[in-house]
Parts: sequence; structure tokens; C-alpha cells
Amino acid sequence: MILGIIEHDGVQLDPYGLQMLTFARDLSARLNTSLEAVLIGKSAESSGEQIKNFGISKVHLIQHERLEHYAPEAWAESVIQLLADKKADLAVAAGTERGNELMAHIAAKLDLPLASNCSEISHGDGLEITRLRWGGSLLEETSLRDNVKLLTLALNIVEAQESSANPVDFEAFTPTLEDKDFRVQLSGREENTAEGVTLKTASLVVGGGRGVGSAEGFKVLEELAECLGGVVGGSRVATNNGWRPHTQQVGLTGNRISPKLYIACGISGAIQHLVGCKAAKNILVINVDREAPFFSKADYGVLGDLHEVVPALISEIKKVQ
Amino acid sequence: MNILVCVKRVPDPGTKIELTADSRAVDTSKLGFTISPHEECAVEEAVQMIEEHGGEGTVLTLGLPESDAQLRDALAVGMERGILIETDGSDWDPGQTAKAIAAAIEEDQTRHGPFDLLMFGNESADSGGFQVGIRVANALDLPCITGVKSMEMEDGQLVCKREYGDGWEVYKIPLPAVVTVKEGLNLPRHPSLRGTMKAKKKKIEFVQPEKVSAQLVMNRLRHPAETSKEVEILGEGAAAAPKVIELLRKLEVL
Ligand SMILES: Cc1cc2nc3c(=O)[nH]c(=O)nc-3n(C[C@H](O)[C@H](O)[C@H](O)COP(=O)(O)OP(=O)(O)OC[C@H]3O[C@@H](n4cnc5c(N)ncnc54)[C@H](O)[C@@H]3O)c2cc1C
Ligand SMILES: Nc1ncnc2c1ncn2[C@@H]1O[C@H](COP(=O)(O)O)[C@@H](O)[C@H]1O
Repeated sequence: MILGIIEHDGVQLDPYGLQMLTFARDLSARLNTSLEAVLIGKSAESSGEQIKNFGISKVHLIQHERLEHYAPEAWAESVIQLLADKKADLAVAAGTERGNELMAHIAAKLDLPLASNCSEISHGDGLEITRLRWGGSLLEETSLRDNVKLLTLALNIVEAQESSANPVDFEAFTPTLEDKDFRVQLSGREENTAEGVTLKTASLVVGGGRGVGSAEGFKVLEELAECLGGVVGGSRVATNNGWRPHTQQVGLTGNRISPKLYIACGISGAIQHLVGCKAAKNILVINVDREAPFFSKADYGVLGDLHEVVPALISEIKKVQ
Repeated sequence: MNILVCVKRVPDPGTKIELTADSRAVDTSKLGFTISPHEECAVEEAVQMIEEHGGEGTVLTLGLPESDAQLRDALAVGMERGILIETDGSDWDPGQTAKAIAAAIEEDQTRHGPFDLLMFGNESADSGGFQVGIRVANALDLPCITGVKSMEMEDGQLVCKREYGDGWEVYKIPLPAVVTVKEGLNLPRHPSLRGTMKAKKKKIEFVQPEKVSAQLVMNRLRHPAETSKEVEILGEGAAAAPKVIELLRKLEVL
């Protein structure tokens, strides 16, 4: 039996959790086993309604008076007890921050391997697994042979798909937890006093890299972004030099962006940068070097010095606006 | 405050990752090496905390003997001691890595006294397992906060923040503890010439680990299916502007 652990906020299920359920549903069919969902914490039941459209017939509600706020070890301990109780042979969560954290605690406590951020799974001797390395720039093939298999599913590998609605049977499970399981527990939240459009949601991003040359150099990029209702981003060279704040970094250790158009100025196109912008629908590269690798990943290109091209663009846009 | 930071030496592939003929490793013959930006931030944060609260910083890595270069980089910005757990360079899975690191920490603590804080990257740059820090925390029975982008001592407690949804989650724990951090935590300093000279004299201890068997065996590496694009060059220099305007119109961003 497969247990699929889904995050929720008490009202809505996490969209990545629904991707995971879609993937796990297909896997359970291929492995000829059943799939049951797990929701942890207070008020999980109300968000569980959504689940019936995903073809799940049983949902385990892990309930405990102290599970109101996220506590990674208490969650891990709860899932471990449920795994043992139901004799499940596979547990999967979405490869979110919490998903990876939770599964790593479970793996550590049970001394089992964890295959994180998987993208494909096939059935062999055990499970043959493909997982992401280098943020997805490289794939690793590995196998899981242990009796209990633990994995997380990389984000946005499958689209969440509903299936025939099932009547859902909710089953409460109360774990036995100790004080020690709560030594790390969420103690508060702070909301961002948000500035509106963010890099993650913007439909147009103007990115700058080493070619921009300085913090002041970014002024023209800002102006271009403003004309087009977009936001500014940068490569790690731009953030690491202090030209832009790290919150504006695009890439492996920065933000993943998915705008309609990404205008990349003076950026070479290192794999760690490309990981962050590969979901852009269109990429326009402005670079002095025709050999810059970014040109082979872009839809459109302008060959030239960004400090000439960008101001020319701005004045042309102002003419027509 | 005594702080240990764990860093991993990884190739810096730049624009393309080449594989070895047997597809079991990245071909590093033409590559430089680095540590992940997350771990650079861990080193910087440790140095800042020690500057503020006193104590000593130790940097640890598990890898080939030449990984001492990455330890020296950390020693050059203010860490004091290095520990190098020596391997033959083969792939160690997260479980093996964590067990060897936990054993080395326990052994080191018997001689140098306990660490107050153990720091890791949230995930390694190459294999990205998202778990070595958590495994070490469990092996040493310490609390662990992951994904940390802001940390501070407040009334003897470590207050950490991490991003969640549109906001931040706040966690408070007493020391000793483990934290795994992410880039953005701070802006790492560059080593000074003096720092680099001093680092050459700092002590790196080489440790021979016991290797337990692997649980997650890497069989093969491969490239994801690539959709190589045919770029349309719109022109050169400022003269390309009208063509770009046409494009912006076509894409309905103007
Ligand atoms: C583990 C790890 C994680 C990383 N994470 C990230 C990440 O999240 N994001 C990221 O961006 N990088 C990341 N990096 C760094 C990455 O490897 C590259 O070093 C970085 O992306 C290079 O930035 P760049 O393209 O701005 O600079 P460069 O590679 O130096 O390229 C500058 C480009 O600008 C062009 N240029 C110069 N002058 C001009 C001009 N006047 N007009 C037009 N073009 C000009 C040049 O031809 C060149 O192509 C990471 C690295 C590692 C090892
Ligand atoms: N070989 C290693 N040597 C030292 N530290 C490591 C090693 N491998 C992983 N780590 C640490 O553990 C973190 C998480 O690694 P991983 O679980 O592989 O994503 C890294 O950011 C490092 O801080």
C-alpha cells in the first residue's frame, strides 16, 4: 500500500500535493497496490473534501491535540507510526520544503534511504527511480530495494488531474507523541508586506548579469521593466556583487520564474541560471558575445552592448506608447 | 560559541555538464571546483556569529584529499580549523555521508569540547538530497531547523526564519542545534589577501572514515531530454530596437 502525504492549510490542499496524488495514483495502478492519503493536523478534514475528486477512497487523518502547528519531528513520528500500523510499503510526499524535510526525518529515524525529487519511477527488482540532480540539469538513475520505500516527487513533473469521484472514508489516527517530538515547532508567521508583482508571478522579467557592470547600470533595466509592467531580476553575479538583493536572483539557489517573456541582458547562460528561467514562455537574450551559451537556449536574440540596446529600446517604446 | 559548518566540494560546470564515459560521474577534467552558495552563506553566518559572540569556527568536508582547497577557502574568511573526512572520491549516498560526519563530530567533540551550532546547506549543489543535515541532527539527537534565511540569538535562544508561501515562518530553539541554510541569509565576504595567507597556516585534520554500505546506489547519470532552440537574431546593437518592438507587440507585452 502507498501512503501519499499531502500538505494543506486547513481549507485547501497544497497544489503540489495534488500533483503528487496524480503521480501516486498512476504508480499504485502500475504496482497493483492501493493508494491512501494522509492529512496531518487540526481541521484537516475540511480540506479533505477536495480529495474525493482524485480517486482516493481512504484518507488517514492524523490527529493529536499538539499537532496544530507544524513540528517536523512530530509529523515524522506520526507518519512512522501510521506506516507501521497500516503496514504500508511506500510513502511519498511532494518535494516541497516541508515534504523533503518531513521525509528526511522519517528516513533518518528509520535508517532508510530517501529518494528525493523523483521524476520517473518504474518497476524492476525493486523500484527503478530517476531523480533530479543539479536542480534538474542532470538526472540520476537509482534503485530502492528496502521494504519501506520513501520518496518525494519533484515539483511540476506531472499536472494534477482529477479522476472519477469516489466516496471517501476518513479514518482518524492518533499517534503517541512525546515532548521531545515538539522541540522544533512553528512559533509564528510573518506576512510579507508585499509590493504587488513578484519575480515568481511576473509576466515580464528583465534580467541583468555581469554585463550590466554595476548597481547603477541596472537603472536602465529598471526603466525598461517599468515601461513594460515587468520586474527586474539578476544572475548570481549581480546579487553576489551586491548590485541587486538576493531576492531578485534567478536560478538554482534563487527564484524559479515563468514569465511570458524573459529579457536576459549581459547574462552568459550558466546551467544554474537556466534552471531558474527554463519555464519562461519566451526568452530574448541581449549579449555582446554571439558564442554566449544563452543564445542556444533563447527564442530571440540581439547581438550588442546592453548599454546601447536597452536605452534604444526604451526610447522606441516611449515613442509608441 | 563553537560552530561547525559542513561544506561539500562540487564541480562548477558553468554552461554544460559533461559526463564520464561510463556515465557514472560528471567529467571534471576541465572543471573548477566550488561549494554551494548555501554553504558559503553558512560559513559567512558562522564567522559573523563568532565575531559577535566569540568562540571558534570549524569547517568540515567529506571527499577527496584535494577538498582541502574548499576548507582553505573557509579558513581564509575566518574559520579556524578544518576537518577532512577522506574518501576515494566515489559517490557517497546521504546516509553514508551523514553517518561518517556524525561519527567525526562525536570524535572531535571528545577532544575539543562540544559544538553549540552545526550548520549545513539546505541541499548540496550536485546531488541535492535535502537530507544530510537532518540525518546528522537525528544521529546526534539534536533539534534541526531547515531552509533558514535569517537567524539571530535572542535571550539565549536561536531564532530562525524561513520562507513559506508568501511569508515567513519563525522557529525558536535552544542550543545546541543544527540549522540548514539557504543563499540570501547574508552576503558572503570575499577573502582578503591577509586572510588567504593566514589560512595556509591553519590546521586541517585528516580523518579516515568507516564506510557503511550504501542504501541509495547511483546506477547512472544522464541528461534530460533537451529541446534545443533555434534562436532568431533580431539584429545588432541599437538598430535592432524596431524589430524588438515588433516582437513585444506580437507577444502582447506592449
Ligand atoms: C551551486 C551553484 C549555484 C548557483 N546558483 C546560481 C543561481 O541561482 N543563479 C545564477 O544566475 N547563477 C548561479 N550560479 C553561478 C553560475 O554558475 C554563473 O557563475 C553565473 O550565473 C554567471 O552570471 P553571469 O551570466 O551574470 O556572468 P558571466 O558568466 O560572467 O556572463 C556575463 C555575460 O555578459 C556578457 N556581456 C558582458 N558585457 C556586456 C555588455 N556590455 N552587453 C551585453 N552583454 C555583455 C558576456 O558576453 C557574458 O556572456 C551558481 C553556481 C553554483 C556553483
Ligand atoms: N560530502 C560532504 N561533505 C560535507 N558536507 C556535506 C557533504 N555532503 C553534504 N553535505 C552537507 O549537507 C548538506 C545537504 O546535502 P544533501 O543532503 O546532499 O543535499 C550540504 O549543503 C552540505 O552542507
